[in-house]
Amino acid sequence: MLAFVLQRVAQALLVLLAVGFVSFSMFQFMGDPVENMMGQEATVADRAALEERLGLNDPIVVQFARFVGRAIEGDFGVSYRVGLPVAEVIFDRLPATLELALFSGVLAIGLGFVLGIYTAIKRDGWLAHSIMTLSLIGVSLPTFLIGIFLIWIFSVTLGWLPSFGRGETASFFGVELAILTWSGFKSMILPAVTLGLYQMTLIMRLVRAEMLEVLRSDYIRFARARGLSPYRIHYRHALKNTLVPVITVTGLQLGSIIAFAIITETVFQWPGVGLLFINAIGFVDIPVMSAYLLLVGVIFVSINLVVDLLYYSIDPRLSFSGTKAKGH
Amino acid sequence: MTDHSERIEMNSVPAEVSEKSTAGWRNSDLWFSFKRSPVIVLAALVFFILVASAVFAPVLAPYTPFDPASLNLMNGFTAPLASNEFTGDYFLLGTDDQGRDMLSTILYGLRVSLFVGITAVLFAMLLGVTLGLISGYLGGWVDNVIMRVADVQMTFPSIMVAMLLYGIGKGIIPPDLRDEMAIWVLIVSIGLSEWVQFARTVRGATMVEKEKEYVQAGHLIGLSRVSIMVRHILPNVMGPVLVIATISLALAIIAEATLSFLGVGAPKTEPSLGTLINVGRQFILSGEWWILLFPSLTLLALALSVNLFGDWLRDVLNPKLR
Amino acid sequence: MNRDVLLEVVNLCVEIPTRDAVLRPVDTVSFELRRGEILGVVGESGAGKSMCGSAIMGLIDPPGQIASGKILLSGERIDNLPESAWRRIRGKRIGMVFQDPLTSLNPLMRVGDQLVETIRTHLPLSASEARRRAVESLEEVGIPAAASRIDDYPHQFSGGMRQRVVIALALAAEPELIIADEPTTALDVSVQAQIMALLKDLCHRRRTAVMLITHDMGVIAEATDRVAVLYAGRVVEIGKTEDVLADPAHPYTRGLMASTPAADGSDGRLNQIPGAMPNLVSIPAGCAFNPRCDQVEARCQNERPELRSWKGRSLACWRYSESEEVS
Repeated sequence: MLAFVLQRVAQALLVLLAVGFVSFSMFQFMGDPVENMMGQEATVADRAALEERLGLNDPIVVQFARFVGRAIEGDFGVSYRVGLPVAEVIFDRLPATLELALFSGVLAIGLGFVLGIYTAIKRDGWLAHSIMTLSLIGVSLPTFLIGIFLIWIFSVTLGWLPSFGRGETASFFGVELAILTWSGFKSMILPAVTLGLYQMTLIMRLVRAEMLEVLRSDYIRFARARGLSPYRIHYRHALKNTLVPVITVTGLQLGSIIAFAIITETVFQWPGVGLLFINAIGFVDIPVMSAYLLLVGVIFVSINLVVDLLYYSIDPRLSFSGTKAKGH
Repeated sequence: MTDHSERIEMNSVPAEVSEKSTAGWRNSDLWFSFKRSPVIVLAALVFFILVASAVFAPVLAPYTPFDPASLNLMNGFTAPLASNEFTGDYFLLGTDDQGRDMLSTILYGLRVSLFVGITAVLFAMLLGVTLGLISGYLGGWVDNVIMRVADVQMTFPSIMVAMLLYGIGKGIIPPDLRDEMAIWVLIVSIGLSEWVQFARTVRGATMVEKEKEYVQAGHLIGLSRVSIMVRHILPNVMGPVLVIATISLALAIIAEATLSFLGVGAPKTEPSLGTLINVGRQFILSGEWWILLFPSLTLLALALSVNLFGDWLRDVLNPKLR
Repeated sequence: MNRDVLLEVVNLCVEIPTRDAVLRPVDTVSFELRRGEILGVVGESGAGKSMCGSAIMGLIDPPGQIASGKILLSGERIDNLPESAWRRIRGKRIGMVFQDPLTSLNPLMRVGDQLVETIRTHLPLSASEARRRAVESLEEVGIPAAASRIDDYPHQFSGGMRQRVVIALALAAEPELIIADEPTTALDVSVQAQIMALLKDLCHRRRTAVMLITHDMGVIAEATDRVAVLYAGRVVEIGKTEDVLADPAHPYTRGLMASTPAADGSDGRLNQIPGAMPNLVSIPAGCAFNPRCDQVEARCQNERPELRSWKGRSLACWRYSESEEVS
């Protein structure tokens, strides 16, 4: 057990280091920090002095180590675009993205599972068929189109929900959250649905496929042959076995919610880190881009790690793989 | 992380495709299944029409929307199926704020979208197949390096990778060339974000082929590694590669549209469908719905038809998934 | 009618509609099973043995269905019951043991929980009573240290032990009939005899009837009271095991016997039946066995032989039709 965890953690750290190196390279090879700091009138001597002071003449490995050290302390330099420390800019906007991602993640997982189970159990029903057909369209639609159509219907035509922004926020332990106010909650519905729809469709299709597979298995036949109720068969036997493969993919889907948040935040002008990132790309704001990359790297790698460990705790065959079968 | 990447690989790679798709395919399951699914026939037809109209856009388009000389601002905001009240000009799908004919704009936009999508997939395919062949054939540390890079990249969703690469590309290119090069930066970014699937599949297939006798025989008669890879192994892995290419095309088209919509893709001077939708979105509140709706519907038709086709192809060629 | 008859299958037909044709994996099968009796059902793979078992359990996967015929349990028809009524029969009155113990237990659930839920589904017991009973039933099937093994997961048991657990599960609610579908096929040879002996012993003690589906003539000889030989979905010969084995009448039964080592102790040579069992889409006219039969006559190719009694057994073969019926 411990060996497994350590191995996974080591793997995660390696991936992070690789991401860190890409992030570092962006600093190193694009955008000239000296020029950014001194302007074009600087003399050659001044430049040399600053280069020396910044350690730009040290070997790459030393510079990378220094970069990692600074990153751990949360120092990512100053944004070219807004002139504020990157860490400050990002952490200012992080709560907006996280609350949106969590809200739509819960929505996607909840609905995805319910619909997936439903369509698997009632596989030949007309409602299940309609859901499956609709879901195919959901998978093929680009996220931003879904967002625009939702705005069109619910904001422009019906006027029920706001089409952009985050509404009012309320402070919760010093963090400003929109979900705590009515206007904030209303503002979050459309972005959350947009963001969650694609993930929900994927989760639903996956749950359905895995569940159908499980329902065909021998132990389900045996459970039926023992006269167990359909409820028990579906929810105690089939569902748990469905979970094992589904959790991996679902975990990764949650990761990509962060990525797709970039799109949703742009469509709805939701003031999160995704919108910040898109603006940074537009202005070639290297420090923000590189810090964002690292941040996302940390989030993704942590999700992967948690998924691996969760997988491990659900399936007893993995945790016992060391012990040999007893008996004959 | 290796576990789920294996899964994905399995999902998209029918190993037994190669023989089926080449020989006598009119008698094959593929053709049979095609004829039996009206939805797929429709999807194929829609895709064909869209490609044809993109290719012949200069001939089909009633106006040349990006020639400033032919534009008349008086024609701005003409509704579809109506003549302009000032100039009397008629536009089937209306005009945008600049007085550009929507139909022509869409045809040209479609051209850009398809060009970027197809070129990006070809680039991804070239890169992925080459790296996959090298990785699978040589093995050892080369294989290790390539596959670890693939692993790290697979950790992130490809659309995000594409955005980041686009940002980096933009940073490298001098500001005065940025608009001109934007399309190529876009192609390379999307291409680089999609190569992993190809590489993994080809690597797997290559490792299997490599052990077969005809390849060993090739060694004995002194064929070079490159010629063994290209002339003997490559043809045997092309089936699965084509399936992945179809699925990647759908992804690439959506990625292109998304990036352009976000303003980090095709420039306004050379708009793709995504750029057009971004423009049209500004008029959603003021009632000029056609500027948004028609490009959106076109993108929808394109994305849906390619997706349906790719899905179907994968299902048919990979019976395990049915 | 004999009051001792537990299960009666009358002219049972199972059909599966497919794109090209309607398949009939079970074709007008009739037999009966008395309380406490062990009936062997033997035949090659695809002869319809398992489908027959599934039909009696009401577990045919759609689009397959019972097209005609009747199944009676203690004189009551069960083949046309609604699903909810079936559930009170499955597990409670008819239990089933599947072929592969590796796949027939839920891998993510402790064996004790699987036992307890089965027991509590059918018997009005509290959780702790059910658990006590679960331990007893594990002891009964010969699992050492049952009380401590009850909270193990299936993968912690060996193949033979798992099949014992499966048997405990099938017998948990004391059914009157057990359908055992190749219960020993997936096991090591060394374990097969033990499992067979256990099943036989338990059922004998409880007077549970067993329908033992197998392709192994050795198992038939060792464990069964009567045997039914199936070919291409039809019963070709059915009778007391000792009679049939001592003097197999149907050419197919004889073929089966000749291809089984040491079952009849003759010259020790094994003979193969030429050809293969027909595919369900192309069952020959007349007697289904006629293309492989060494004693084929003209009428065998046109007219289908019905089951007729002959020397205390039933037989579907033209060669025995009239001449022997008198005796």
